[in-house]
This record gives sequence, structure tokens and C-alpha cells, in this order.
Amino acid sequence: MIEIKDLHKSYKMGSNSLHVLKGINFSVKEGELVAIMGSSGSGKSTLLNILGMLDELDEGSYTLDGVPIKNLNETKAAQYRNKFLGFVFQSFNLINYKSAMENVALPLYYQKVGRKERQEKALKYLEQVGLKEWATHLPNELSGGQKQRVAIARAMAAEPKVLLADEPTGALDSKTSYEVMDLIQKINDQGNTILLVTHEPDIADMCKRIVHLKDGVIIEDKKVEQVRASQYV
Amino acid sequence: MFSRDNWKEIFETIQKNKLRTFLSGFTVALGILIFVVLFGFGNGLKNTFSKFFEDDAQNIITLFPGQTSKPYKGYKSGRRIEFDNSDLEDIKTNFPIFLEYITPRISRNGLVKYKNESNNYSTRAVAPSHQIAEKTIIMKGRYLNVKDVKEKSKTAVIGRLVEKDLFGAKNAMGEYIDIGGSAFKVIGVYQDEGGDDEERRIYIPYTTRQLIEKNTDKIDQIIVAFRPELGYAGALALDKGLTEFIKNKKFINPNDQNGLYVRNVAEGLKQTQQMAFVLQMIVGFVAIGTIIAGIIGISNIMVFVVKERTKELGIRKALGATPKAVIGTILLESVFITTVFGFIGMIIGIAILNSMGDKLKDRFITDPYIDMPIAIGATVLLIVFGAIAGYIPAKRAARIKPIVALRDE
Ligand SMILES: Nc1ncnc2c1ncn2[C@@H]1O[C@H](COP(=O)(O)OP(=O)(O)O)[C@@H](O)[C@H]1O
Ligand SMILES: [Mg+2]
Repeated sequence: MIEIKDLHKSYKMGSNSLHVLKGINFSVKEGELVAIMGSSGSGKSTLLNILGMLDELDEGSYTLDGVPIKNLNETKAAQYRNKFLGFVFQSFNLINYKSAMENVALPLYYQKVGRKERQEKALKYLEQVGLKEWATHLPNELSGGQKQRVAIARAMAAEPKVLLADEPTGALDSKTSYEVMDLIQKINDQGNTILLVTHEPDIADMCKRIVHLKDGVIIEDKKVEQVRASQYV
Repeated sequence: MFSRDNWKEIFETIQKNKLRTFLSGFTVALGILIFVVLFGFGNGLKNTFSKFFEDDAQNIITLFPGQTSKPYKGYKSGRRIEFDNSDLEDIKTNFPIFLEYITPRISRNGLVKYKNESNNYSTRAVAPSHQIAEKTIIMKGRYLNVKDVKEKSKTAVIGRLVEKDLFGAKNAMGEYIDIGGSAFKVIGVYQDEGGDDEERRIYIPYTTRQLIEKNTDKIDQIIVAFRPELGYAGALALDKGLTEFIKNKKFINPNDQNGLYVRNVAEGLKQTQQMAFVLQMIVGFVAIGTIIAGIIGISNIMVFVVKERTKELGIRKALGATPKAVIGTILLESVFITTVFGFIGMIIGIAILNSMGDKLKDRFITDPYIDMPIAIGATVLLIVFGAIAGYIPAKRAARIKPIVALRDE
């Protein structure tokens, strides 16, 4: 599903440049649930952003579902993001003047799905995350956990090939975190490929594979026995 | 880009961001409103100026005799000049191609009586063509005619208000009124748009007046109407020719400013029209300034809107909005708002102008109006430039990388 080879990325800051990713080789197969771990500033978000086509790589190659991702113009990148990828952010990033349902329906709008079908699909995904009754509520009427579940529903609504989540539990207390992880596990159980950035070991243990980043390289990449979140909920 | 779905999305955004909508809408509506009102006032100003002249014919040159201030050909200065009937004939024979008509005017003020009612009126002794020069409108009966002049008949055409003053509700037609001791038969009643004063006058044949005044042939003023097709240049030429001719005939020094006075309506009209035009230009500039201010206003609001929406646009981009879609979202919203509020402002402005009428007549503004194409043109201009002004920040917003927009503060 994902194939990256010898990936390098540096940020230019004035005259110096900060070499953040120094040769990453890694691949993800369909249906995997991968945790990317590492201390703060180790380049986890940078890697995820490159995978999400929100940022460009300097060197190396990236193939997504057999499609080489390089030299994309803005329009092409937007179309690929829309078609291939779903995003979940630490700070939810819901549009505050749109209801939960409208937020979930938004990626479908950019897929040019008709209004009625959009609403039906949005409701279906809200139901999957257990928030059907909250469909007409605005984000500021929802709790943090509910917001993140709406964001997950939104990411799933476009039926992406890969779900990318950057510290999805970072802003949540542990009970709510486990609820969200339970949801992510269930989505993964349906066969969806998920990459998840976290620095919390208990969250990482709920994935099936842990990739450890340090100083811009992968220092460890191991399969783990998945801890089911449902037992904590 | 213009599908129903897009409009719905935009409409929802507008509905849910009322302050933003109000801010930009208000700016646009106010800009157009001020433009329409100012431009309308400019037209009102022009109306007032042309109204000054409208109640009389505009192809008129009037000659007034004066008193010489320079000696000439053996005549001393201080001599009083007089016109007489031969001057009328001489002008007719010497300026045939210029002339449309010519009429003398002898004005006298005096007591006019009917039974027990009496009042002071100005009586003008004139030729029939005076009706055209003064734009006198006959309500009843008829105006003076050639036969009246020839027969020196004691007939009078009286103003609407003269009839009202002297006859009350009664009909004046066919009655006899006493003008300065002579009985005149009322053969017509007229009205005039020049106002009340002009409707408190009495017209009689000039020959009759001359007969009453010891069979004199003197005239007070000579009113000459030139053919309108001669235009302004022709009017000036006739003006000059008449001055030379009369000065020569009456032995007035060519450089004497006081022996003869000539009033040329065309010249006054032209000057006034030029002034009105300049005023309208100034008002027009101010109005265009308003539009430009409106455009700058919208651009500022657009910059603010884009800044405020940076995060939202970043989210939209992460979810798959292409740069084109981002630009479209911003632009269509701005065009929609400017269009709706632009036309609201335009309609309010036009309503204000229409309700104005002559309420501001004292301030020289009569019936202000704006031509629909100009009002719509200005509104469209604001919409188009609003869109262009909005395009620049929209384009910038479309270029912002989603990670930059989404970075947590
Ligand atoms: N856009 C950027 N410009 C400059 N430096 C950046 C940028 N994004 C991240 N960095 C730097 O790159 C390093 C890695 O950042 P990041 O990938 O966000 O780390 P993590 O997510 O693992 O905490 C940090 O030192 C960060 O300051
Ligand atoms: Mg990070």
C-alpha cells in the first residue's frame, strides 16, 4: 500500500537547514495498523505529512497504492488526498460553523458526490462512530472525544485507502483516548489501513506494529500483539 | 463551478457567518447608495439650472434702449435712446435669414378694475408672436392676433391669477375690464410656468397702447427670436449684427456700453449649462470616488475574510479542495454578497432619489434622478472590481500549504 525508499527531508530556516528525516525506508501493507513513535521533535509529524501529501519530500521515493507520488502540482495533490487519504488531527480541525453531519460530508462535496447521497453517507459514518443523534450539533456543542469521533467519521467518509492520524488522542484524557482507540481498531478490523502517530506507549500497544523514530531514522520496527481497547472502555 | 450544489454550499456559509456577510454587504450597499444619491443630486442640480430657462423660449435676443455715455457724430453723451416701430421694420428687412419672429414690448404698471374689484397689474403691450417668446399657454379663448394689432382693438389676454383676483369663481371671458381708464374686452385667459408673477400679467396689442399714449410710435423693448437651427454661433453673429445695426442707426458710439443693452438668452443658457456640467462632473468625480472607496473597502474585507478563514481553508484543502475550489469558494461568496447588497443599495438609493422630488429645491436640487444604465453600470463595476480585488487574497489563500494553515498556534 505504502512504499517509501531513502526518504530525506530538511527544513530551511534562514541560512541553516534542519535535517529532520535522514533516509527512511519503510512499507505498509493493506490492513495494517501502524504506530509511529518517537520523542517530540523526532520527525513523526513530518513523516506523516509527507505520506499525506501535505508536504513534499526532498529526496527518495514514495509510492501509494502503486502510484508514484512525486512532483505533484497543488490540484493533483488535492485530488489524491481526497481520493486516497483520510486525516485525523490532534486538534480535531472541524469547521466550527458546520454541523457534525456537514463536517463529515465535506470530503464528499469535493468528490462531487450529490447532496442527498452526501448526507446519507455522512449519517451512516456518524452512526458508525456512535454520534448519529449529534448530527445537527455544532463542534462547540461536542466533547473532545465526540469531536475526534466526528473527525474520524469525516476521514472515513471519503473511503480512503489509508487513514493518517497525527496524535489523535493527544488532546484527550485516557478514558476518552481508549474509546477513540477502540473505534480506530474497529475501523482497522474492517480492513482499513491506518497509520497513527503517538508518543504514548499504551496507545502504540493498541496497534499491530510499532515503528520507532529517533534523530530522523527508524531505530526499531516491530510487530506487536495488539491490546484491545474495548476492555478499558 | 456554478452548480446548484456550489451555490447551496456558499449560501450556507453566508448564512452561518452573519457578521462577515453584514460587514462586506454593508460596505457595498453603502458605496452604491452614496453613489446613486450623489449622482442623482448632480442631475437634480442640472435640472434646476435648465428650469431657470425653461419657462421662456431659448432662442431670444432682447434689445433694451439705454442712455449714451459717450459723444458721437456731433451728439452729446447722456442722450436717451428710444426705439420705435420703424426699428421693427428695419430689423425685419435687414436680418431676414436670421429671424424667426420679432415682437415689441411696452410694459406699464397700473390699476385694473372689474366692477368693485381692482388691483395693480403689469400690462404688456405686445405683438402676437410674443406668445411664443414667453411660452404663454392659453387656457380659455385666444391670444392676441394680427387683426387685433392692425385694428388697434381694445382686447386683453389676462393671466390665470388676474382672473382669479378680479372675477373670483366667475368666468372673465367676454367681460370688460378697465385698464388705466380704458375698457378692454377679455378675449383669453392664460397660464405660464414661470410662476405666480407671470400669471398676474395682462397682454394687449402694442398698437392699442401706442394709440392710447397719444398715438406715439415708441417701443420699450424689442424681442428678436432667431432661427434655432442657427445654433449658438448664429445667435452670437445675430447678436453682433443687431448691436452694430442699432448703434449705427441711433448714432451710438460703437464703444459705448450704455447706449444699448442686448441680452442674449443663448449665451446665458450656454454659460449656465457649462456651469451645471462642471458641477455634475465634480459630483460625478466624488461619486466615482465613492465607488473606488467601496472597492478598496471590499478588498480590505476580503483580505480580512481570507485571514480569518485560513485555518478553515487549510482543513478544506487537506480534505481535497483544489486551489480552484478554494478560489471559487471565496470569490463566489464575495460576488454573491456584493451582487445582492449592491442591488439593495442601488434600490434604496433610487428610492431616496424618487422620494426627494423638489423637497431640496431651495438647495438647487430639483427632481434628482439617475439613469438606470448608470446605476446598474456602477453596481456591476463594483461587483467586477470587488471580484478582482477578492481574487488576489483568494489566490494567496489557495497557495497556502495546508500544513501551514493547520499548524497549531
Ligand atoms: N515547517 C517547518 N519549518 C521548520 N521546521 C519545522 C517545520 N516543521 C517541523 N519542523 C521542525 O522539524 C522537527 C520535527 O518536527 P515534527 O515532525 O513536527 O516532530 P514530531 O511530530 O515528532 O514532534 C522539529 O524540530 C520541528 O521544529
Ligand atoms: Mg508532531
